[in-house]
Order: sequence, then structure tokens, then C-alpha cells
Amino acid sequence: MITYADACRVLNDSRGEAVSVTTMTQTKYWNRVSEQPDLDVGIANAMSKASSVALGVALGDPDRPVLCLDSDGSLLMNFGSLATIAGMAPKNLYHVVFNNGIYSITGGQPVPAPGVEYAKVAEACGYASAHRFDDIESLDSALPEILSSPGPVLIEIIVKGEPQAEGVDQTWESNAQLPKQLRALRKRLTGNDDWGPGGPYI
Amino acid sequence: MVAQLVQQGVSHYVTLPDSETAHMYDALMAEPSITVVPVAREGEAIPVAAGLFIAGQNPIISIQNAGLYEAGDALRGLALGIGLPLVMFIGYRGHNRKGDTPDSAATFLEPYLHMWRVDYFVVESNDDLDRVPLAFERAAKTNQPVAVAIGTEYAKADEAGAE
Repeated sequence: MITYADACRVLNDSRGEAVSVTTMTQTKYWNRVSEQPDLDVGIANAMSKASSVALGVALGDPDRPVLCLDSDGSLLMNFGSLATIAGMAPKNLYHVVFNNGIYSITGGQPVPAPGVEYAKVAEACGYASAHRFDDIESLDSALPEILSSPGPVLIEIIVKGEPQAEGVDQTWESNAQLPKQLRALRKRLTGNDDWGPGGPYI
Repeated sequence: MVAQLVQQGVSHYVTLPDSETAHMYDALMAEPSITVVPVAREGEAIPVAAGLFIAGQNPIISIQNAGLYEAGDALRGLALGIGLPLVMFIGYRGHNRKGDTPDSAATFLEPYLHMWRVDYFVVESNDDLDRVPLAFERAAKTNQPVAVAIGTEYAKADEAGAE
């Protein structure tokens, strides 16, 4: 079994100039290792929709890799996005699923079907490839080749659950940060600082 | 309608087809300047459009009123919550301007949009097409989503015109 911290560390080692779209517990660990915060977005204010936002970024900027750090509970809430992603087949989308079998932020209740194998589901939907890892050495050695292969790719990582992990990025403060993060990312990707204020937070 | 979207520089049409806007889907599949992005469930449409906008594209979405209700949390968090200038075409299923409708999908649409404080325009025939650029203008000016509700009458008129 892999820890969140180790998984995020090796993903960051192979990240390159990829945009990251994260959600739930892994956002906290990703923020600790990321050296490019202006390419990071943590989707805390639209539960389960990280994979859909990542698809949009990947289609909109097809020359840049996009790394989606999703989770099993979130993906189950947006399961149809696997078919949507497979249908659009973005070659630059790498969909990582942290599979701990539980809802961490609410105390560790099991997801409805803890045994789902997300790599197999993605493969059946039509992803270009899908992989499943439960030890850090295998993940670390395979990542460079996987992240240079054509997407969409799903990378399922079996992680050790952390019920009620302290500091999970799932608060109204993080929601308030999201509009600023998104504007910074648009500025980085387009070179244009043209998205003005709007909404309750900015 | 397609000419209006091309004129507005729309890059992507993110959609789950419905009866009221199916004619637009067919026409847009043949329009080379606009990429159609089919989604499996309406709740995906706004997040996909948000990602496209962040990457510098100019997307719109098109879903049915019943699907907009399913997409409520995405509308809250990733359109209203972030100030996304997004034009949303909404199939106005059950809308009947000549009398009451028994379809609650229609009954609730305008109260629902009022509840979210989403501005909207209703298009029921080609005579209403001048409302489309107003929707784009409003979205850009306010950095908020703006709805264009497509009435059943518009789809029927389009079919009659095609014949």
C-alpha cells in the first residue's frame, strides 16, 4: 500500500510542465511538494468534478500535459466522466485515481463498492491505457514512461486511507481561493490577464 | 443560430443533446470552426466548459432544463462561484407560451434561474435570435453565467423551415 505523501512525491518528480487539477485529501500533499503553484488548481468547491475540469483544460490546451489527481469517492460521483473522457480521447490527459476505499473527510465510511478496479473500468470505457499500482517502487519506476505515452491514461494508486486527515483542503477558505487560482492559471496558460472579478469570492 | 455562434467566436459546444436543441447539435457537427464535446451527464458540462475557458477557449454549453437541475452544484461552484462568463443554452422542455404546461421541468425553469440569480433570455423563433448576442454581452460584462432558454416552438419552427 502506498502513502499519499509518497505518491505525490513521485508524481511531482515526473510532472514536467503539466497542469495539475486536484481534489480531496491528495490536494494537501500535492501542495506540499509542488514547485509550480501557478499550474495547480484544487477543485474543492464542486465535489467530484476534477476529472471534468481537467478534460476541459486538456482539450483547450492540447500541447500541454494535464495531470488530474482524482479520488475513488469523487470519481464514483462523476463516473460518467470516464466515458466522456474516453470519447474525446485527449492525448495529453493523465487521470490519477487515489483509491483508499473510504470517504476520508467524513470519518472513513466505506465507499459503496470498495472493490471497484478503476483501471479496468477506464480500459473498458476506451482509455488509451490504464495501470494499477499498490507499491511505491513500481509506481516510481513506471511513471516516466506512462507520462510520456499518449492519453487518456488512468493511473490507479492504492493508498493508505487517512480518515479525517488534518488540514484537508475542503473548507470555505479553499473555496474562496479557487477563483484566484483559476485566474492565475488562465493567465499562465494564455498570457492574458483578462478575466475580471465576478461571483461571491472575487 | 449557428451563424450567431460562429459570429460570437464560440470554440466548443459542450452538450448532452435534448429534443429542443437537437437541431443545433446536428448543424454544429457540420460546422468546422466549433468542436462538439458530448458529455455523459449534464453535471459535467459546466466543469468541462470552465476548464476550456481557463485554457483560453470560448465554450458554451447546451443541456435541457431537467439536466440543469442535475447540474445545480456545478452551476453553484464552478460558474456562479468563480465568476465564469458562460452562455448556457437550456432546452425549455414543456414550455408552452399558449397555455399551462403539465411538465414540471418547464414550470420550475424560470423560478430556478431566478433563485440562482442567473439572467436569461427566451428564444422561441428566429425572430428572437437578436437575444443571443445580448446573452454573450451580458455574460462577458458581468463575468457570470447567462442562460438562453430554447423553447419547443423554436425547434418545431426550424423543422418546418427545413422542410
